[in-house]
Amino acid sequence: MALFAEEHSIPMTHILSFQLNGAPVQALVKPSDSLLDVLREKLDVTSPKRGCDSGDCGACTVLLEGKAVRACLTCALTVENKQVVTVEGLSQDGKLQPLQEAFMAHGGSQCGYCTSGMLISATALLAKSPHPQRQDIAQEMSGNLCRCGCYEEITQAILDTARKGE
Amino acid sequence: MKKTGVGMCLVLHPTGRKGGGDPSQAIIQLKPDGSLFLKVGAVDLGQGALTMLRQVAAEAMDVDIATVYASNRSDDLAPLSAGSAASRVTLVDPHAVMEAAKDLRAKIAAFAAHRLEIDVENVELADGKAFAKDNPHHHMTFADIGMIANLGEGVILVGTGAWQPAPVQGHDPETGYLDQESVISFGCCVAEVAVDTDTGEVEVTKLVQVWEVGKAINPLMVKQQINGGLQIGMGFALRENLFPHYPDPAHGIESLADYSMPTFMDYPPELIHGIEEVPHPMGVKGAKGFSEGSATAPGPAIISAIHDAVGVWIHEVPATPEVVLRALDAKEHGGATDYWSHQDRSAWLA
Amino acid sequence: MNQYIGKAMPRYDAQGQVTGKVRYVDDIKVPGMKCVKVLRSPVHKGEIRGLDFSRALKVPGVVGFVTAQDIPGKNAYGRFQDMPVLAPENRVRYRGEPIAAVVAADEDTALEALSQVRLDIEEQTPVFDMFEAMQPDAPLVRHDSKSNLWVHYPPDITEVTMVKGQMDEGMNQADQVIEGRYSTGVQDHAPMETNVSVAYRDEMGRLVIHTVSQTIYAHLGMLCAILAMPMSRIRFIGGRVGGAFGGKNDIHTDHIAALAVLKFGHPVKYRLSREEDLQFTTKRGAFVLDFKTGVKNDGRLTACRIDIWHDTGAYAGMSPYGLEKCAMFAPGPYDFPHIKVTARTIFTNRPISSSMRGFSVINGQIASEIHMNRVAEALGMDPWELRFTNAWRDGDQGVTGYKVRGAGALEAMKKAAELAGIKLPDKLMSMSSRGRQAS
Repeated sequence: MALFAEEHSIPMTHILSFQLNGAPVQALVKPSDSLLDVLREKLDVTSPKRGCDSGDCGACTVLLEGKAVRACLTCALTVENKQVVTVEGLSQDGKLQPLQEAFMAHGGSQCGYCTSGMLISATALLAKSPHPQRQDIAQEMSGNLCRCGCYEEITQAILDTARKGE
Repeated sequence: MKKTGVGMCLVLHPTGRKGGGDPSQAIIQLKPDGSLFLKVGAVDLGQGALTMLRQVAAEAMDVDIATVYASNRSDDLAPLSAGSAASRVTLVDPHAVMEAAKDLRAKIAAFAAHRLEIDVENVELADGKAFAKDNPHHHMTFADIGMIANLGEGVILVGTGAWQPAPVQGHDPETGYLDQESVISFGCCVAEVAVDTDTGEVEVTKLVQVWEVGKAINPLMVKQQINGGLQIGMGFALRENLFPHYPDPAHGIESLADYSMPTFMDYPPELIHGIEEVPHPMGVKGAKGFSEGSATAPGPAIISAIHDAVGVWIHEVPATPEVVLRALDAKEHGGATDYWSHQDRSAWLA
Repeated sequence: MNQYIGKAMPRYDAQGQVTGKVRYVDDIKVPGMKCVKVLRSPVHKGEIRGLDFSRALKVPGVVGFVTAQDIPGKNAYGRFQDMPVLAPENRVRYRGEPIAAVVAADEDTALEALSQVRLDIEEQTPVFDMFEAMQPDAPLVRHDSKSNLWVHYPPDITEVTMVKGQMDEGMNQADQVIEGRYSTGVQDHAPMETNVSVAYRDEMGRLVIHTVSQTIYAHLGMLCAILAMPMSRIRFIGGRVGGAFGGKNDIHTDHIAALAVLKFGHPVKYRLSREEDLQFTTKRGAFVLDFKTGVKNDGRLTACRIDIWHDTGAYAGMSPYGLEKCAMFAPGPYDFPHIKVTARTIFTNRPISSSMRGFSVINGQIASEIHMNRVAEALGMDPWELRFTNAWRDGDQGVTGYKVRGAGALEAMKKAAELAGIKLPDKLMSMSSRGRQAS
């Protein structure tokens, strides 16, 4: 990619192609666009929320190649040809994932604004360590803020999902 | 060195707007297939107003809750609610829903009496049906009624309800007297902390919070509110201050990275909630609001636990690590067991 | 019988939340939507001498600016109608106060335009310390008021007083009198969803505003007054909020978004950045509280005297109401025969204080409860016993004259002790909020 070439020679926009929730997508992006800008403003994927735009709250967390990343801190152009998953892509064929069911049953959401980011971070956590201890959850999830204070309920939902996955 | 301590407190939270003038309204409509549409004005901030009011409506109408569609979108034909504030919704809005249900039940009963050709006094509504009290087999379902009323006879069956606890009142300027009842919820909190005497950091290791809420309409959401209030309550008591050098306006807090609200790591590994119910005469089934109070209860318990751990009463919140260290320092060097950092500010001492 | 009251059920919208389908105001997109951003005061207090938009208007993509002159109705809103929408009479009273709003193609353009505005502002002497602000020679936060104290009861009573019994007499009956001074900090609501509005004209020419308001109908009334429009001309849509905690009890964006639509006709979104929301919206204001409690050696409380000072910042917000609530409940859930509370609301050149979860009750309660544990310590009494002895029973009377019904303090304490694994003496466990038998 000739993105950082001489100013007069770089195209100010670029057609970005990547896999979003398993399907190919394209968007016209500026070099300064974040992945969150592209998802929300260009592709109308609204589950990642703009809670702070500085990587502090975790409400925009998405899976990039299976890893949880802050979409607001991710330069859009770096996801070229990669796999991005948002909450819209978690449930398959209209069937909820056990983690989503557990969030509902345990009351893991109140206002719901942080919920997408929580689900994605928890998905990444369970993929990495299928049987997390309480302390692991606290550490791994600590970049996701919830002002309604659903931390205990979310922890229970994750522990429950891990137990049932055994 | 880490020192541990335990503290407790008892707090109250008044529910509903002080001074009255606190109305809410609700509308319930019977649809042609017998399902119900509940329209309320209460904003859902995450506290679950809509979920709770839908439960009240389904019970008041005595129908399967799956047949109740509910909306709180404040669109054109929206009933009013004085707002989702002052922990008022659980006290006030269920009354509006009950009134709307009563109104609709009366209209359904009158319509069913006419169709069943019986006296309206002889009509009973239960489990989504209208039937003759003296002959329960002689009945119509809400689906029959909805279909015939809306599409057969061109009748709209809508119940409306409105309620407020009291008209607007002010305080007597000399005595503070206010001619109005206060509906109050009670919270008790027990906190265990570990205070790091080297860094001043306070870790909440266990927290028990119990609220007496009159009646928990949805215990899952009451639990969420109790455990959730700790987020703001712990921030208030230990961490968050937009002006850390108050009254100096310099703050340097511009992002959530600077403003350290509690995270997963800060929540106590042992968090226990409890719900107690003493029905209040003013609430529907005794229910009163409380949810703001769960932010109030943790603070005093935590500060008292710090005293139990290190022998100093902190007189200012948030008890940040800096405050705790200064308090420990004052105790070590002057033997002071009470700490307030503004003591050296003559202007603050009237 | 279909019973649902008392049943633990998942949220009605839980499935929508866990599948990302719930739509919040920031998720709304309208064709041709422009961005609104606000020019804020860089100083804590000042008078605007010049405001020149000429360079800013040349930035490609800028539609124009909205100022206080564009407000068709009242440039004031809030529970006490004292907060301006945009700096009135060229005066600013706190750092971050909105002066003017720009409408532009996108956020980058709007921010660029704001950086090109020439603002000539004469900085004036601010006051930040509420005790300094109460001095007779203190600079006035509000040039048109007699002092920096809010008038709670017109025409001139600035002090809230609440009295039950004879406080002095109660103190005389006490074996011990315990005193203490407490202070609380300034907290932000910090909901994950910052304040945001989307506004446009619908096909009937009505003004549509998507709001995050907690108190929709109060705010609709205020908007009608600001915009000089009847309710029939405004469609105010809300009900779904991404956290509020009292921070959305005051209008932060709806009024300015609406003014932008009225002036330029384009659909707009006005969304506060986290930086703006954190620093410049309403806050939980600072309190200082003095407590003096009289108590018998057997633990029976005889009297309390409470004095409260509250920093409301540059405007009242809802603080005067909150202060009264603080005063009313600061004695706590205890049967004091004699009470006197005095309290006042003080202006400083700080962002506006207003409601926040536990609105002002939290400030009185944290002071009161730390103090109560100091009282227990002074008596050498278990803090549980002090509370069981004095907590409200049915029929006890609060400071403003109300009779307590459905009291549940003792029941809450018994359950908490049980859950915490604390064994309370039978003497306490046999007590009930239904009456006060001798213990």
